[in-house]
Amino acid sequence: MFKTSPDAAQERRQRWLSVLAKASEDRLESLWKELGPAPAYNVLRRPEIGLVMVQGRISGSGAPFAAGEMTVTRAAVRLDGGQLGIGYVGGRKPRQAELVAALDAMGQTPEWQQKIEAEVVAPLVAEAEARRRQRASQAAATKVDFFTVAREAGT
Amino acid sequence: MYVAVKGGETAIAHSIDLLADRRRGDRTVPEVTLQQIDQQLSLAVDRVMTEGSCYDRELAALAIKQARGDLVEAIFLLRAYRTTLPRFGDTLPIDTSRMVAERRISSTFKDVPGGQVLGPTFDYTHRLLDFALMANGETAAAPTAPVDASRDLPRVGDILEREGMLEPPPAGDGAPAQDITRQPLTLPAARPVRLQNLTRGDEGFLLALAYSTQRGYGNNHPFVGEIRFGAVPVSFVPEELGFDIEIAEIELTECDMVNQFAGSHDIPPQFTRGYGLAFGHAERKAMSMALVDRALRAQELSERANSPAQDEEFVLAHSDSVEASGFVQHLKLPHYVDFQSELVVVRALRAEVEARVQQAAE
Repeated sequence: MFKTSPDAAQERRQRWLSVLAKASEDRLESLWKELGPAPAYNVLRRPEIGLVMVQGRISGSGAPFAAGEMTVTRAAVRLDGGQLGIGYVGGRKPRQAELVAALDAMGQTPEWQQKIEAEVVAPLVAEAEARRRQRASQAAATKVDFFTVAREAGT
Repeated sequence: MYVAVKGGETAIAHSIDLLADRRRGDRTVPEVTLQQIDQQLSLAVDRVMTEGSCYDRELAALAIKQARGDLVEAIFLLRAYRTTLPRFGDTLPIDTSRMVAERRISSTFKDVPGGQVLGPTFDYTHRLLDFALMANGETAAAPTAPVDASRDLPRVGDILEREGMLEPPPAGDGAPAQDITRQPLTLPAARPVRLQNLTRGDEGFLLALAYSTQRGYGNNHPFVGEIRFGAVPVSFVPEELGFDIEIAEIELTECDMVNQFAGSHDIPPQFTRGYGLAFGHAERKAMSMALVDRALRAQELSERANSPAQDEEFVLAHSDSVEASGFVQHLKLPHYVDFQSELVVVRALRAEVEARVQQAAE
C-alpha cells in the first residue's frame, strides 16, 4: 500500500499535494489569484464530497482499527497539454479540491512548476511552520519544570 | 378487528415549527453561528465528531445548533448524514508519534523524554464559576516559551516495551481493520472491532463502566502510561495516484493505559495495556475507553471475568448512544393496540381473581 518512489517528480507532487490539501481554503484562493492568468483546463471529475475511514493503531503502534470517518473532497482536471491534476482535500471544500487539482496539473508543466513551487507552495509551507511553532511554543510554556527539594540533613 | 387510525399530520407539522421556534429562542438575542460553536464550544464539537464517527468540525457544529445543544441528538444527526456520502477508502494508519502535541502527560514517569506538557486542561482549575466570563472582556493570548528542537515525541509505551516490561500491542496483518459500519458486529469480536465500537460509544456509558472497574468490578490496576492531544497528519493513497499524500491534519486524543501485570510459562511477568483514541480533545472519553478496552481483555489474559465491564456482549451491545436512545425513545410511539390487548388480559385475570374470592367467601 505504501509506496516510496525514487522518482523525484513523484516526490515533488506528493509534497505539494500534501501542502495544498492542508492549506486554508481562503489562503489558497488568494495565492491562486496572485498567480495571474491560469491556463484553461477541463474538469474531469467535478468536486465530489465523500468519506475516508481513518485508521488508528492499537497503543499507537499495533494492529490498525477503524477509528472513525472524516469528510474529504476530491476533484480531477486535465490541461489542454494533457497533464492530469488530482486534488484530495480533507473536509467539504469543493473549490479547494478543484484548485489543488488545477495546481497539480500546472505543476507538471515546465513553465509553471517553478512559479507554483515558489509562489504558492513555499509560502504555504512557511505559514504552516509558523502556525506549528506558535502552537508548540504555547504548549512549551506549560511544560513542567521539576525541582527537587532536598531534605535538610539533620543537625 | 382492525381499526385504522390516522391523524396528527397537522399537529406534527406544527410541532416541528414550534421546535424551530424554540431552537431560535428570544429573537432579540443574536443567533449563534457555526463558527462560534466550533471555536467556543469546541469540546462539544469534539464529542459529536468522535461519537458521530465523522471528523468534520463544521458539520458537528451544525448538528449541535440544530439539536439545540443536545449532544446525543447531534451525534444521531451526524451519523445520519454520513450515510449519504460515498466512501473513498481507508487512510493509512495514523502515526501519533508524529503528533504536534499540545498536551502530553505521563503519570508513570516523571522524567519522560519530551517532558510533562500540561497544555490546555481543566485539571488545575478550581472549578469555581468565573464571573469574569459574564462580562465581554477579551482574553489575552497564552504565554509562549522556546520550543525544543526535537520534533517527534517518543511514546512512553515504546520505551517500556523496549525494556520488555510492557506487552507489545498485537501486530496487524497488513490489511485494513474490519469496519462495523460495513460488516455487522459479531461476537466474540476481535480487539480492533471492539476499539471501533468503543470509540463510537457513549462517553457517559464508558465512563460509568470504567469507574466500575476502579471500584472493584473487574479491577485492572491502571496507570496512565501516557495521554497526548494534538494534531496528526492523515495520509491517504488516492486510487488515481498510487502513492500516499497527506489530505489533512486532524486533532486526536490518545490514552495508553498501563495495567496490572500478567505472565505465564512462556512470557515473563510484564505490564498489560488498554488503549483509547478520540477525535479532538476528549481525555475523559479516551481514558474511559482505555480502561474498558483493558477490562474486555480479561478472558484473553486468563483473568476472572464476572463484572459488567468485562462482559463483551453487555458492553459492545449497549455502548452506542444512537441505538440506545432510539430503542428507549421508541416507547413514546403509539402502543395503543399493544396496551389494549394487555388491558384485556389484566381485566380477565382480575375478574377471575374476584370470582375466586367471592366463591371462597360463600
